Amino acid sequence: MKAKIDRTYEGSFHIVGGDFSRAGEASTELKTILLRMGMDEEIVRRVAIATFEAEMNIMIYATAGILRYTITPEEIRVVAEDMGPGIEDIELAMQEGYSTAPDWVREMGWGAGMGLPNMKKNSDVFRIESVVGEGTTVEMTIRLGDCGEESR
Amino acid sequence: MKLKEIVEILSLKPLVPSAGLEREVSGGYVGDLLSDVMANAGEGNIWITLQTHVNIVAVAVFKNLSAIVTVNGRMPDADTMEKAAEENIPILLTGKSAFETAGKLYQILNAKGIQD
Repeated sequence: MKAKIDRTYEGSFHIVGGDFSRAGEASTELKTILLRMGMDEEIVRRVAIATFEAEMNIMIYATAGILRYTITPEEIRVVAEDMGPGIEDIELAMQEGYSTAPDWVREMGWGAGMGLPNMKKNSDVFRIESVVGEGTTVEMTIRLGDCGEESR
Repeated sequence: MKLKEIVEILSLKPLVPSAGLEREVSGGYVGDLLSDVMANAGEGNIWITLQTHVNIVAVAVFKNLSAIVTVNGRMPDADTMEKAAEENIPILLTGKSAFETAGKLYQILNAKGIQD
């Protein structure tokens, strides 16, 4: 099934760092919006997982952040921008299994070093920019084309 | 297969009275790393874990899981139960280990032709 998107839809969610009780709320809401639009389930799955991971990263590492989404006839774009510590070595952070999460976060089953790789894996285009001491911005684009291939 | 039948066979203790057990189970997944469960659990799966904090409910809602089984007699935190009631997610307690629980669940689902 292919959704008919006739215009651009935009929205945003504010995420408060450390507020674990609200984890997943933003991504679950975005998932509901996409399903209601009749989006392909596989596309929704990819967007939702990428968004959930981005949401968790803000909660774990940052003071606050914002998730913005844009839905066009061609693609879904999610931008997660946070006011956090920033990432010193992005290449290292992108490696599966590498994490700087504190122990208490790991004990919860987060911080396994799978977040950024999961985001990349589920995106067609993945961009990350970070300034130490200022924050990190992740931009993820999922194309709505028929091919549905996963580029890496 | 109905969750209710599995609860009976495995003697699981439902901890969220308001969350009904009439839902269908499509399979199972075991994991304590939440990112792994998010990436790999399937819709309608029973999730076997030793995690008990409130985020397990978010993951279950997000992945449309049929239930969470907490193993080794680990009681979920109070806010986890509250959230589970709110989101209508069954949490089932067992004194058994993840290995035993998964093994038995696999047998049951395999016998029903749900799991190869």
